[in-house]
Amino acid sequence: MDGISLIGMISIFTAGLTMGLGTIGPALGEGRAVAQALSSIAQQPDETGAITRTLFVGLAMIESTAIYCFVISMILIFANPFWDYVISR
Amino acid sequence: MEFMSLKDITPDMVTIWQWGAISLNATIVFTWIVMALIIVISWLVTRGLSVDAQASRWQTLLEVLVGGIRHQIREVSRQDPDRYLPFIGTLFLFIAVSNLLTLFPVYIPPTGSLSTTAALAICVFVAVPVYGIIDLGLLGYLKLYIQPTIFMLPFNIMGELSRTLALAVRLFGNIMSGTKILAILLAVMPFFFPILMRALGLLTGLIQAYIFAILAMVYIASATRVREEREQGAQMTTSPETNQPHDPLKGDNL
Repeated sequence: MDGISLIGMISIFTAGLTMGLGTIGPALGEGRAVAQALSSIAQQPDETGAITRTLFVGLAMIESTAIYCFVISMILIFANPFWDYVISR
Repeated sequence: MEFMSLKDITPDMVTIWQWGAISLNATIVFTWIVMALIIVISWLVTRGLSVDAQASRWQTLLEVLVGGIRHQIREVSRQDPDRYLPFIGTLFLFIAVSNLLTLFPVYIPPTGSLSTTAALAICVFVAVPVYGIIDLGLLGYLKLYIQPTIFMLPFNIMGELSRTLALAVRLFGNIMSGTKILAILLAVMPFFFPILMRALGLLTGLIQAYIFAILAMVYIASATRVREEREQGAQMTTSPETNQPHDPLKGDNL
């Protein structure tokens, strides 16, 4: 198997694997955070503003791990440096 | 979306105008458009401000915006919002406008380029020590880096750098994923579903603008909070009847 097909195959496979594995953790974490925030709001409706703001900031923090995985997989598919190198040679 | 193909991962690669060695890419052009829009609208509205009940619609819009930003800053930092309003408000307005303009067909959001978001994140990276040094003095600010013990120094520095990277990549990733998913969906099923994703993209864009501004405020507040806590402690020793929960040990000491 030559270099081009190997690089293409592994890049696309890794991109899918990155998205698949990388979104499991953030999904579980965001689910837990939202569930906890909802029960907190149900217990203390007066604090809805503060809870919602903290929830959004926390969700952004959690979500950023998934966003890193997304950026990596986009780079692997659309702007792969190894692929460009092999193509240009 | 017209002149940004699926292969282009950032609008930096899209050249709109070229003259000799000088070329303008889509990021710069659309950043200028967003800036011009914000400046012209604010200038036109603030020319005819009035204090009576019959204020114009646009003035009401600006009042709601500025009031909302001030309220959020005060909630997060628990300090006077006027110091932070120019910086935080500008960040929020620029990101929000540049994300919301994706309603228009030819528009490419400049926040979908890593260079724009990195520039914004570097602004935050510089603003944190500036506000911190103004508040605490140079030594007081540097002391924050060895705060629990001196062994935390490398971790504090790493945290400072990595959160800047996180700010930049978070905004870039969110906006870029919106445009990219839209382009893919347009190729796959072009009628109804892209509109839904675009509506979701508007919501995400607004939330990301909010989060960017709030996180910048949180970072700045964490560098200036020590003084405020010290002042609160001083107030508590002078007036014990604050609304703190009653602590019998502390009460005995006082």
